[in-house]
Amino acid sequence: MGQIQLNQVTKSFGDVQVIPPLDLTIEDGEFTVFVGPSGCGKSTLLRLIAGLEDVSSGMISIDGADQTMTPPAKRGLAMVFQSYALYPHMSVRKNIAFPLRMAKMDQAEIDRRVEGAASVLNLADYLDRRPGQLSGGQRQRVAIGRAIVREPAAFLFDEPLSNLDAALRVGMRLEISELHKRLTTTMIYVTHDQVEAMTMADKIVVLHAGVIEQVGSPLELYRNPRNTFVAGFIGSPKMNLLEGPEAQKFNAKTIGIRPEHIGISADAGDWEGVVGVSEHLGSDTFFHVKCDAFEHPLTVRASGELTMSYGAKVFLTPDQAHLHRFDDQGLRLG
Amino acid sequence: MARAVTQQRKIINTAAAWGIGLLIFFPILWTILTSFKTEAQAIADPPIFLGFDWTLENYSVVMERSNYARFLWNSIIIAGGSTVLGIIIAVPAAWSMAFVPSKRTKDILMWMLSTKMLPAVGVLYPIYLLFIQLGLLDTKLGLVIVLMLINLPIIVWMLYTYFKEIPGEILEAARMDGATLKDEVLYVLTPMAIPGIASTLLLNVILAWNEAFWTLNLTAAKAAPLTAFIASYSSPEGLFYAKLSAASTMAIAPILILGWFSQKQLVSGLTFGAVK
Amino acid sequence: MATQHSRSAARVMMAPAVILLLGWMLIPLTMTLYFSFKKYLPLRGGDLGWVGFDNYVRFVSSSAFWPSIQTTLIIVGGVLAITVSLGVLLAILLNQPMWGQGIVRILVIAPFFVMPTVSALVWKNMFMDPNYGLLAHLWKFFGATPVEWLSQASLPSIVMIVSWQWLPFATLILLTAIQSLDSEQLEAAEMDGAPPIKRFGFIVLPHLGRAITVVILIQTIFLLAIFAEIFVTTGGAFGTKTLSYLIFQRVLESQNIGLGSAGGVYAIILANIVAIFLMRIVGKNLDA
Repeated sequence: MGQIQLNQVTKSFGDVQVIPPLDLTIEDGEFTVFVGPSGCGKSTLLRLIAGLEDVSSGMISIDGADQTMTPPAKRGLAMVFQSYALYPHMSVRKNIAFPLRMAKMDQAEIDRRVEGAASVLNLADYLDRRPGQLSGGQRQRVAIGRAIVREPAAFLFDEPLSNLDAALRVGMRLEISELHKRLTTTMIYVTHDQVEAMTMADKIVVLHAGVIEQVGSPLELYRNPRNTFVAGFIGSPKMNLLEGPEAQKFNAKTIGIRPEHIGISADAGDWEGVVGVSEHLGSDTFFHVKCDAFEHPLTVRASGELTMSYGAKVFLTPDQAHLHRFDDQGLRLG
Repeated sequence: MARAVTQQRKIINTAAAWGIGLLIFFPILWTILTSFKTEAQAIADPPIFLGFDWTLENYSVVMERSNYARFLWNSIIIAGGSTVLGIIIAVPAAWSMAFVPSKRTKDILMWMLSTKMLPAVGVLYPIYLLFIQLGLLDTKLGLVIVLMLINLPIIVWMLYTYFKEIPGEILEAARMDGATLKDEVLYVLTPMAIPGIASTLLLNVILAWNEAFWTLNLTAAKAAPLTAFIASYSSPEGLFYAKLSAASTMAIAPILILGWFSQKQLVSGLTFGAVK
Repeated sequence: MATQHSRSAARVMMAPAVILLLGWMLIPLTMTLYFSFKKYLPLRGGDLGWVGFDNYVRFVSSSAFWPSIQTTLIIVGGVLAITVSLGVLLAILLNQPMWGQGIVRILVIAPFFVMPTVSALVWKNMFMDPNYGLLAHLWKFFGATPVEWLSQASLPSIVMIVSWQWLPFATLILLTAIQSLDSEQLEAAEMDGAPPIKRFGFIVLPHLGRAITVVILIQTIFLLAIFAEIFVTTGGAFGTKTLSYLIFQRVLESQNIGLGSAGGVYAIILANIVAIFLMRIVGKNLDA
């Protein structure tokens, strides 16, 4: 079991309120990702759930029981830290066994669980090494191993992949998703990388300045961003957010159109522009097009075969079915 | 990336450094050499550097004259005891300052350090009176307490700077793993800080070993450490250079050897963690 | 970044150290203040009643007071100047590539391990003695008249002895600091056309700023309290009476506790002036 409920939770550091009153429910077994730019309060929120910080007001309950004032050790949660936070003076085996030792579990059971975790995480050959002798990916696995042996009510991950290089990150992402499918334990995962959020989450919580901008499944957020912040944050390359007379034509302050929902043509279309830099990824090509109608250049996705020279004149046509409209407050219209 | 240096420069460097090094070390070397001379050779004119009749006589005379073993034992107990006691009291304080800092942490640290600046003579008589009242005069316990107190600020400061280098996330991980505060300090913080604690220990043993105000003024016969042992040689009596040298060598040898063996930890300790 | 729980734990864990030091500071201080307003001669009648600020006035108007302040400042200032400047030079030298660097370091660090009583005795007798001292032999060898160091040049002699004891400390801290200097910075300066002297002045010296403040802070703490070196060598004669030593004589030799305590209060005030001054610099410099 691992249902976590936040009720009117706030957090202030001195006079600065970093989290205004916030409600959130994380269902048992759900993989929830907190995503947002740095400084948005996502790590603070995770630390509040962990008990590493006190809430300034409000209530945190786990499986229906009020745990607001419970010290971290007693909440039954496990955490994987950004720096892995392995104990450098202990072998991998001792690292993984540490929470069990603290729980005064008997040695045979400790051994059984450590061996179990090690085989799941491919760490069996490294059990007697020190963390300093391991690669980044292996350290990450040890940190996860230390979390899973406790069989916690929920796992908390604080930007666990940000210290890995790009290739390893993709691999670990899959491993963590795989682990979640197998354990079906609640997981809360904090990241600033919207790709991790999109690929891993059952539910994404987009945070901005301590406020929840939107909660939903990855595709919900992608298809129906509630406001311009979510629209701009989710999706890569970013959605084109356009203002001005063209937007007013659609009865909106701002219109949003994703790069893949714009047609590009050399002959005719709604908006005339000039091709700037083109980025060829092989499968796709992204053109940055400067249109007279808009202040900022637009990003357009086209097939990988298409080439256009720098400075060429083009016409863009938005796919009206996929056009997002936002009002003066940046909120979604319609 | 160090650049290749010409052989010639390296030779000049080596010569200069060795020359200065030996010059600085010379008084100690001379003392050790003199301790093996006869009294007559010790004041020979011109001085004899190595070509003298090596003798151990001075050492046996010094041993006979005063109970070296007892002074040594007192020094060990006083320096070791005050340092260990200081570390036991300082570890929790340094933990608090390093991992639960508040606005006042820095002020407290600076205040602690400023107590170190209180001139000892200013409070000599009160301490003397208190010691008589408490029956601590000329006891090892009394000196252990006083030296612990005068070195406590430095111990706290050193441990604080070492602890600050330990990432807080590791202690938080321990907390998440169900460790109590005691477990956290005992099983995670202390083992990780062993090098820093060792440096602190060494430096403060040396400071306490060499402390020569309180040890001279608060002891008489019973609890006197080596500083007092050597001070008894301050008034010349006939030919005494060789014996003075032997006694000096015996007073500094233990700490010199300890210091040389643990040079690495000491250098880091000496910088008080303030310079990297 | 902590919880209520850990903050209260922190207070509890800090308490022993804070309470002990507070007691260590306040109890003797209060007693010293108390005695300083009394005429108190333990061997000649004991407590002879309150005398107001008499002791304070007498202590300052004594002919020994101002010279003792001067002596204190000369010793502290002289030793700091010598150890810091020689320390910088020595640290730079030791940082150069050479053979046997480890051994040289051991030689240089050695004086730090020598207890003050020993170094004072050895210097006084075996080096500075005008008849048998090594320096006397050296002077005679060059045909000069041996100097009576501890009476004719007493203050410089003591500054020298103390500098010898503290030079290792300064050198090692500065060496550690130099070793942490990013050599790319120096190479960049070299590429920019800065000659060695300028590289030293604009890059090495500023980099050492923090280390130098640490050296000054720590040494001042210990130098203000210098005792054994004077006790053993001159016993305060020949103009080597520091403020500390003057008070020591009032208290222990003339057994005038009231007067000595008043002096103690002055010493505490002086130490606090120096402390506030140093803490300002260091507090700024140690923000890490």
